[in-house]
Amino acid sequence: MQLKPYARSLAVAFSLAFVAGCSSTGGTQDGSMSGSGTASGSGAGASGTGTGQVSGSGLGDGSGQMADSRIPEVRTIYFAFDSDAIRPEFQSVLNAHARFLRNNPNANVVLQGHTDERGTREYNLALGERRAGAVEDFLSVEGVSPSQVEVVSYGEERPAARGSNEEAYAQNRRVVFAY
Amino acid sequence: MRALMTTWLAALLLFCTPLAQAELTIDITRGNEQATPIAVVPFAEGANLPEDLAQIIADDLERSGYFAPLERGAMFEKPSSSDEVRFGDWQALDTRYMVVGRVSREGEGVRVRYELMDVSGESRMLGETVTASSGQLRAAAHRISDQVFEAITDIRGAFSTRIAYVTSEGVGDNMSFKLFVADADGHNSQQALSSDEPIMSPSWSPDGSKLAYVSFESERPAIYVQEVSSGRRVKLTSFEGLNSAPSWSPDGRKLAMALSRDGQPEIYTIDIGSRDLQRITNSPSIETEPSWSPDGRSLIYTSDRSGGPQIYRQALGGGEPERLTFTGNYNARARFAPDGEAIFLIHKGNNGYQVARQDLDNGRLVEISDAQQAESPSVAPNGTMVIFATQQGSRGVLGAVSADGRASFRLPAAQGDVREPAWSPFLN
Repeated sequence: MQLKPYARSLAVAFSLAFVAGCSSTGGTQDGSMSGSGTASGSGAGASGTGTGQVSGSGLGDGSGQMADSRIPEVRTIYFAFDSDAIRPEFQSVLNAHARFLRNNPNANVVLQGHTDERGTREYNLALGERRAGAVEDFLSVEGVSPSQVEVVSYGEERPAARGSNEEAYAQNRRVVFAY
Repeated sequence: MRALMTTWLAALLLFCTPLAQAELTIDITRGNEQATPIAVVPFAEGANLPEDLAQIIADDLERSGYFAPLERGAMFEKPSSSDEVRFGDWQALDTRYMVVGRVSREGEGVRVRYELMDVSGESRMLGETVTASSGQLRAAAHRISDQVFEAITDIRGAFSTRIAYVTSEGVGDNMSFKLFVADADGHNSQQALSSDEPIMSPSWSPDGSKLAYVSFESERPAIYVQEVSSGRRVKLTSFEGLNSAPSWSPDGRKLAMALSRDGQPEIYTIDIGSRDLQRITNSPSIETEPSWSPDGRSLIYTSDRSGGPQIYRQALGGGEPERLTFTGNYNARARFAPDGEAIFLIHKGNNGYQVARQDLDNGRLVEISDAQQAESPSVAPNGTMVIFATQQGSRGVLGAVSADGRASFRLPAAQGDVREPAWSPFLN
């Protein structure tokens, strides 16, 4: 697999546009977590790529202190083949993490970048770093302090799913938020 | 003979239970039809040996792709010295060369007297005696293979060399990784490192005494240098970002590597003694997978500055990098042939990711493997074979292919995934 160098700057541009678009509206989803101290159900199953699971972490403005002090539940986002672009359905996840990190300046996160198994290992290590770097850039644009964020790429070394098929590949092309 | 060999290897595995997880076996997947017929006659034994020396030699020679050993069932007589050989009988079997020998006890060890004969020329080419302790029987056989191979081909044998490789088991957060060193035929594996975090990119020092590798054991990648015999090691680099793809310089003084401490991954060299760090590349793209030219004067590496990964060459005296690969849109992790006249790399074509050879004088690229998801090619020190990682079913295994692509074999492990083989330099 390979990533286009320009994809990273695209992701940054996109995230800027996104910030501009939603700064006044706050959470765009019907956050199942909002206003409640329980985490039951919402955002469970971080391995899924469906927007339904993602939406759970899109916190509304009224979610209050309790929610902002909790680490967002969805901690894995997925990427298309040959891409480090943040997919639209995961922007709410990144926003939730950005908000959490801004509100909790003592919290630190390691962004673990992963690729699927195709291609050479060391080159994939570099591609995983580029993917995690795109997330780092997004968080930075969202106002997260660089000192709270570290990137570690695992390339293809720690697959989430085994198998040489598109289903496994899709689960392995990911960035994990490790707090 | 193949069935026999498999049975025998299986028996050996049973007796080596502490090593069974790591021990590799050998399946010949493609024989070379133009291989030279040779008969390695079972050695006459004055003592019952735990190892079948003639079989080890025949297997070595077959794996090289240069030789097709005669099956034992076709041998109607078993001479043990040249004066017992009736050349006419062996000529009738189309045998070009033959090896005969006799093993006798000598103190705690053994004494092997062997001879190599040119059957068509009806002459003796070699007659030597090798002594070995009882724990060194396989090594003695590999030494004989080396001598036989060189006497016939004029190419130094690489059967007494070793390979390093990485194994992994598990998935996701529950994985274990191990670094092993084994004989070039997969036997005598010894664990050099074990970790719950990834181990990557083993690279041999040119004298064969040390390995450099990447370990994530501190939950960040760091490059270590470890003495193979003692296991003693030092952490050489742990910069922020990638510490990746170490490659030893031919004089043993430096490592080339990829670091992303300044942003994108770039190629650096570090002086192992002084820790003096030098940046070699400077571009906004990915640069990684460096490898030294045999003369130590340039580095080749993978860069995606053109969009996809391609191989570039940078003279260490300075100047502009030169792009070497133009066939297809994925060429990565190149390694030089020992003579510096060709590179072996991973090329993605219609047949997926394969090991390819590109001759540097004419730029012609040829796929030499026929494997699933080939990666991590490493060239034997005599340039005749390339070992690489591939998949068999859903398992990671090692494969090897002759430099001309005519012969290939696989080295599956009893369990787990095996990858990232690194072929040692000559050790004797």
